[in-house]
Amino acid sequence: MNIVVCVKQVPDTTAEKRLDANLRLDRASVDNIINPFDEYAIEEGLRLQEAHGGEVALLCMGTESAQETLRKGLAMGADRGVLVTDPALAGSDAWATSYVLAQALKRMSYDVILCGMQTTDSGTAQVPGGVAEFLGLPQLTWANKVEISDGKATIQRQSDAGYDVVEAPLPVVISVIKGINEPRYPSLKGIMQARRKELQIWSLDDLGISQDMVGVLGAKTKVLGYSRPAPRAKGQLIQEDSQTAATRIADFLVQARVL
Amino acid sequence: MGTANVIWVYAELSGKEPKKIALELMTKARELAEAMGGSAAAVVLGTGARTAAEKLAQHGASVVYVAEDERFGNVLTTPHADALSGLIKEKSPRAVLFGATNSSKDIAARVSARLGLGVIADAIAIQVNGNELHVVNPAFGGSLLVTSTFTDANTAFIIARAKAFAAEERPQPLKIEEVKPVYTAAPQARITGAVAQPEARVSLEEANVIVSGGRGLGAPENFKLVEELAQAFEAAVGASRAAVDAGWISYPHQVGQTGKTVKPKVYIACGISGAIQHKVGMQTSDIIIAINKDPDAPIFSFADLGVVGDLHQIVPLLAKEIRKRKGA
Repeated sequence: MNIVVCVKQVPDTTAEKRLDANLRLDRASVDNIINPFDEYAIEEGLRLQEAHGGEVALLCMGTESAQETLRKGLAMGADRGVLVTDPALAGSDAWATSYVLAQALKRMSYDVILCGMQTTDSGTAQVPGGVAEFLGLPQLTWANKVEISDGKATIQRQSDAGYDVVEAPLPVVISVIKGINEPRYPSLKGIMQARRKELQIWSLDDLGISQDMVGVLGAKTKVLGYSRPAPRAKGQLIQEDSQTAATRIADFLVQARVL
Repeated sequence: MGTANVIWVYAELSGKEPKKIALELMTKARELAEAMGGSAAAVVLGTGARTAAEKLAQHGASVVYVAEDERFGNVLTTPHADALSGLIKEKSPRAVLFGATNSSKDIAARVSARLGLGVIADAIAIQVNGNELHVVNPAFGGSLLVTSTFTDANTAFIIARAKAFAAEERPQPLKIEEVKPVYTAAPQARITGAVAQPEARVSLEEANVIVSGGRGLGAPENFKLVEELAQAFEAAVGASRAAVDAGWISYPHQVGQTGKTVKPKVYIACGISGAIQHKVGMQTSDIIIAINKDPDAPIFSFADLGVVGDLHQIVPLLAKEIRKRKGA
């Protein structure tokens, strides 16, 4: 069974972010990490491979520096990586990202395509569904458990009341939530091996995608400007005996007309 | 496409009622449409759609498009996407507003891919500027507020956060239009069962009061203190990443960067230090109260009321105090 895990490089959550003159994230100014949700997708891919055999490939769209992200996934145990990178991709929106990933996937072999539920940077959660639509596949999203048997995938999908059980025939796109598993740490051996694993680089030309469909030229939305929200002011700080503290909190809530 | 100044809401159902967020969006859609000299409409799919239409008309829908096919309840995403994309192709609304729920995000993703439409997600404000829609969303964990717009005249998709807009009545005469969707033959994801988990019942996104616990609770059994206080308030239970990663409570309760973004009237953080990853998920709460034994905890730099002390004593006393004042 062949598995492709879509991964993205994102800015570190703790880093100070600023936009450049083109109103895009100044990626050179921040440290990058693998999108935390994608680590769960990679782990799930590796577990499915352990149970069913086949290959785990990683697919990433990003800048050259995203090779680090792919190496991390390879160190966890994935077999090979594909990076789609092209200067014309800068400024791509969710539509273009889904489209490009789908075109790359058409050149790969898959029974299961795994994604993290969303990214921690743009966080639109639009890519898993978009990829499924472009490939004409069913989607199993927000999965907290995945099982594959008899040519179909069954998931537990988070709902308002608990979870739904949802199944679809392979091939399928599955997005996973945090908590579905405990992602493994790359071992030293894994890190050494990752350096020698295959990492292909594809350009837009390789995928037969014209430049005006993606990036800034193809974007269906554009940023007009940004501001920094005023930081939340510090309120009162009290240190009293426990009963007084409890009373003061209740008084505060009465004053705020919450009680 | 998208030339008529009609703003739609994709309204999800909760039983036979529209979800709370659908009414918030309906009110906003009406306001935007009026500013553009147009009108607002709603799309409701599933059993109960006809009943739900009434509330949507009360909140500003001039037309409610309904389809009650039972496949909306037992097939995931694709029939909804088929129905919505068919309607959009036929009617070309200026924009469709979606609530930021899992199901609505999935439907928006498929339809926008199919029809080539722009999507702006995580909206907290929408303004009409000439003939453009300007949408504000927090980016990079709320450290920036970004204003964006759409680059073409196609139908614009906007996915909005819960509680970004207030629901108000703007009564319109009830006008229901029955929709007969054409379904694609692609393979489907079938819903074969639903399992209720009592702990997941109170939606964090919709709660007025949230009581959250963190590493400072010290041990998993101490989450009971948080749950008791939440009960006294009839509040939802939240948690920091540390508490979830330690296995003290399940992931759906997590608030923050890799969890939920919430905006209750009151957020009570018990034993949570207030690291940036937590802060970004709750910093737009109306009132933040923090209880922590460490006077230097970062959460005290943005809490409205910070209490330095032992939460193991204060939390039960507070629960008692709340019950007393609520007269229960």
